[in-house]
Amino acid sequence: MWDMLKKMNKNTKSNLITYGIVIVAFVVMQLLISTGSISSLLEGLMVPLCMYIILAVSLNLVVGILGELSLGHAGFMCVGAFSSAFFSKCMADVITIAPLRFFLALLVGIASAAVFGIIIGIPVLRLKGDYLAIVTLAFGEIIKNLVNVLFIGKDSNGFHFSTKDVMGLNMEPDGTVIVNGPQGITGTPKDSTFLIGVILILITLFIVINLTNSRDGRAIMAIRDNRIAAESVGINVTKYKLMAFTISAALAGAAGVLYSHNLSTLTANTNNFGYNMSINILVFVVLGGIGSIRGSMIAAVILTLLPELLRGLSDYRMLIYAIVLILMMLFNWAPKSIEWREKYLSFGKKKKEAAK
Amino acid sequence: MGALLDVKNLGISFGGLRAVNGFDISIEKEELYGLIGPNGAGKTTVFNLLTGVYKPDAGKVILDGQDITGKKTIDISKAGIARTFQNIRLFTKLSVLDNVKVGLHNKHHYSTIEGILRLPGYRRVEKEMNERAMELLKVFDLADHADYLASNLPYGQQRKLEIARALATEPKLLLLDEPAAGMNPNETGELMEMIQLVREKFHMTILLIEHDMKLVSGICEKLTVLNFGEVLAQGDTATVLNDPQVITAYLGE
Repeated sequence: MWDMLKKMNKNTKSNLITYGIVIVAFVVMQLLISTGSISSLLEGLMVPLCMYIILAVSLNLVVGILGELSLGHAGFMCVGAFSSAFFSKCMADVITIAPLRFFLALLVGIASAAVFGIIIGIPVLRLKGDYLAIVTLAFGEIIKNLVNVLFIGKDSNGFHFSTKDVMGLNMEPDGTVIVNGPQGITGTPKDSTFLIGVILILITLFIVINLTNSRDGRAIMAIRDNRIAAESVGINVTKYKLMAFTISAALAGAAGVLYSHNLSTLTANTNNFGYNMSINILVFVVLGGIGSIRGSMIAAVILTLLPELLRGLSDYRMLIYAIVLILMMLFNWAPKSIEWREKYLSFGKKKKEAAK
Repeated sequence: MGALLDVKNLGISFGGLRAVNGFDISIEKEELYGLIGPNGAGKTTVFNLLTGVYKPDAGKVILDGQDITGKKTIDISKAGIARTFQNIRLFTKLSVLDNVKVGLHNKHHYSTIEGILRLPGYRRVEKEMNERAMELLKVFDLADHADYLASNLPYGQQRKLEIARALATEPKLLLLDEPAAGMNPNETGELMEMIQLVREKFHMTILLIEHDMKLVSGICEKLTVLNFGEVLAQGDTATVLNDPQVITAYLGE
């Protein structure tokens, strides 16, 4: 067993550690929950935490691996959340087996987010840098606002759509409103659990890590490092940019499904699907180290739990949060700190090099 | 059988400037051909026209009997032209090995799904790619540095890596844009040997832009001299370099 570990290359080992961290963290949390040694508040935070990790890892695919700045990630999450909640609400009576229903809702959410990823990606990926960031920000807001004026109802004649109000649906008396504009969707079955969240994290990690280490992932990173050179060796830049963007959107959709099935009332506002959320996710990615999958995971955990753990300090809470942000930034990016880490935190590497 | 590369009357304008005008060149298989000229003569523009970075507004480019005029860069790469750049363009955050593997991209295939799920196709093709890439790196004495980040290589080796990556696409024609730029006489000598080796080992046809006259006169069989976007002289290296017009253009009156 130990020999096998030794034989594996550095990359594979590092990836196994990433999966290991997730599984160990899950087991520890499960133990703490079952022995009742954490507050119910913290326990309730577990599913959102899983969602944030998935969002951070998936955004890292665009920001770190593809090297483009996207600020519309919450928009794709919104698409995933609403399409899957809509599906679950419609199917609540038809499919009574919760796990099966959730699985199908997950597929619906992922597929719709991916479709939006393609539709938005085709025009916006012609842009670069700041321009791309601003346009994706705008698309994110458009999605959120569209959802806010959407009314969908169902009666014996089938589905009715409107962008005005409930009266605009012109339903028979037996009809029920499913999507109620700014009031969103209420009564979504609460199918998300911590276990499902962790499984989704593992699947997300599996997809992103394996993609990065494959032929397609190399093409995506080649485009990031030098677009002109990538074209000169025959890489289809448009195709691979769109691939990274769409996979990232689809995974954000999965996070949205997790989110919508954790709440009984789903509404779209600035805090959950607006630019606030998009920037929050970007903060995880930047602080965790752009391109580092494990880093963005850890940053997501720390920055989600911190405000809750500091609740006792009331007034100083956000101050400490801000200081931690700055310290993490320094630890990750300051040249002196990088030097220090290389000196003291990488004995294994040193020995190997000396052996050569 | 005709020439490998046949270019007729190629031209492009940028605004009012006629950057390249009436450019003709004909390169036989396995020839080592030099393109020289004073600064701003349009040499790199010719490379950009041949590789589809710019679309020519006049003329024809025929590669091995196939018309590639005005095609996209990726299609020209697939048709069989590979290049290096005047200012080195490597994938700096990828390993040396991965740089070459990106070059192999269109020669070794497996689907995205196979890649993500690590199906047998992935393992087989990745193994092929690793072996092929290591072979290429060995030719350029880079095999020991396969795990290094490309940006951590010294300058001379970065140049070599760029050539290795270009060869990974299995081109018919290799374009080298000032391969000796920034090199000392020693390194230039080594580079000359390297280019000769590449030509013999891969039966490669090479067109190179160069300022270093020692390199040009040492290895090129034929030359084209470009001045103000037009061909000034063309033919055997010795004849061209003794042409009084060429001497004037290079050294002044």
